[in-house]
Amino acid sequence: MNWKFNEKNEKKFQDLLKRYPKKDSLTLPSLWMIQYQDGWICEDAMRYLGQRLDMSPMDIYSIASFYSMFHLEPIGKYNIQVCKTLSCKLRGSEDIKKHIENRLGIKAGESTEDMKFTITEVECLGSCGTAPCVCINENYIQNSTPKMIDDILDGLK
Amino acid sequence: MIQKIVSKNFDVLDSHLLHVAKQNGRYSSLEKLFSMSSEDVLDAVDQSGLRGKGGGGAPTAGKWKLIPSPCDKPTYLIINSDESEPGTFKDRQILEYDPHLLIEGIICSSYAIKSHHAYIYIRGEYVFWAKRLQKAIDEAYNAKIIGKSVMGHDYELEITLHRGAGAYICGEKSALVESLEGKRGHPRLKPQQKEPEWFFGNPAIVNNVETIASVPFIIKEGFAAYRAYGTQMSPGTMLFGMSGHVQNPGIYEAQFGESMSEFINKIGGGIKDGKKLKAIIPGGSSTHVLKADEIEDITLDYESLKAHGSSLGTGGMILMDETVFMPDVVKNLFEFYHHESCGQCTPCREGVGWSDKLMGKILDGKGTKKDLETLMDLSFILNGKTICVFAPSVAHIIDSYINKFKDEFYSLVK
Repeated sequence: MNWKFNEKNEKKFQDLLKRYPKKDSLTLPSLWMIQYQDGWICEDAMRYLGQRLDMSPMDIYSIASFYSMFHLEPIGKYNIQVCKTLSCKLRGSEDIKKHIENRLGIKAGESTEDMKFTITEVECLGSCGTAPCVCINENYIQNSTPKMIDDILDGLK
Repeated sequence: MIQKIVSKNFDVLDSHLLHVAKQNGRYSSLEKLFSMSSEDVLDAVDQSGLRGKGGGGAPTAGKWKLIPSPCDKPTYLIINSDESEPGTFKDRQILEYDPHLLIEGIICSSYAIKSHHAYIYIRGEYVFWAKRLQKAIDEAYNAKIIGKSVMGHDYELEITLHRGAGAYICGEKSALVESLEGKRGHPRLKPQQKEPEWFFGNPAIVNNVETIASVPFIIKEGFAAYRAYGTQMSPGTMLFGMSGHVQNPGIYEAQFGESMSEFINKIGGGIKDGKKLKAIIPGGSSTHVLKADEIEDITLDYESLKAHGSSLGTGGMILMDETVFMPDVVKNLFEFYHHESCGQCTPCREGVGWSDKLMGKILDGKGTKKDLETLMDLSFILNGKTICVFAPSVAHIIDSYINKFKDEFYSLVK
């Protein structure tokens, strides 16, 4: 097993240990750190985390696979998440999704061959008042229109 | 009609920064707070009638009183900021425009339940809001507003922000605690009698962001000032949301008891593009749908909505105009619930997926009357046979939509 936290995450891990009654609480924060470090969560990292938290690798896998924001496979550099729940749907999320699919030539759930873009359909982003909402990596694009999406995608390297 | 208590500083420029927040009254309740005993604070919140604003509407002080007394274990306050009920986007406004109000509320509430560590569980998608809140927490630590000695008083309080990772069910309080303990977000079995939540075996109280943000006003101005707003049974104000086919979607604070239709027409500007209202989901997708002709007498409070067969929920209204075909709405909601079922209880895991598949079949034109009947039978299987209220919510969707828009559903089947 070669995987380990980088220096910054190791420090954060040590700091967080002091903030919870038990270290079990560190699973989610640690999985986030792994994902920020690598872009996704590999098996090796889950084994490593199991050792750090005295849990079996299977426990870690069970937890990581429960939460939809953890990627257990590599995804595109830009994850375009289109909200499909009711308020966004009433305000035209379907058109936004189709527009992005046409532009990138892939369907929701797929990544472009160069692994630059992934399109994901997600459930409610909590942006119902500014629907339709698209979230690219961690940034909300609210009241989105095809033109806004185009402008943003044009600017992504 | 707009009544700003929690949202008072939302329009103030840079109100998320400590120095601006302080100029605008934040942390001004603390002097009075520390002149009171914990019991007095709890009593004031009790007298104010403050009710939980995360959807359930349970009396806040009632929850707080569940902490055993005397208690030889550390107690914890856990803030539920997992806001993910479709149609709900109110807590993020507090986090965005007035995070120091939440911190002030956490100080008041922690003091009342004698807790020295509060956790804020924020949904994973709210990255911008988590960063903003963390910045406010850091500012508060640096200014010694929280930490070893809160504002120089003999009271210690730590606040830790904890990010979720995309699971709707973690908004259910016991699932949230499970998740905070580092596990899968599976709701816990409910005790026979009322109990606090247990965080690693220690008593913990889970409260919604807006509930906690309402506490400083009650402390500073007194419970009577809070009771001056709203109704006898639903005192105070709430951040009501409007989304969907409404002219001015957004979050607006109003006192309980305002007329729903007036609220929609005056504040919301009516239905978009001059169309007619067809239906409204009053408080997040889990509440019973209401037809346009049902809302005339409804006022925005727990009792009125309940009397009309629905519930106030989170106050996040989703409005639908006359062009909306209800079976499409039900399919959309089923997909949501199918995706979000935690999988712990069989009736929910299988039943919600089955409902989703059946609705898909019906919408594809391959459904029969028997399928619709099966769907209605599923409502019985989903209701009241699971650990949490997730499956009953789906049962309510089946019942309320099919009963109220029968023709549309039966027009699809042979």
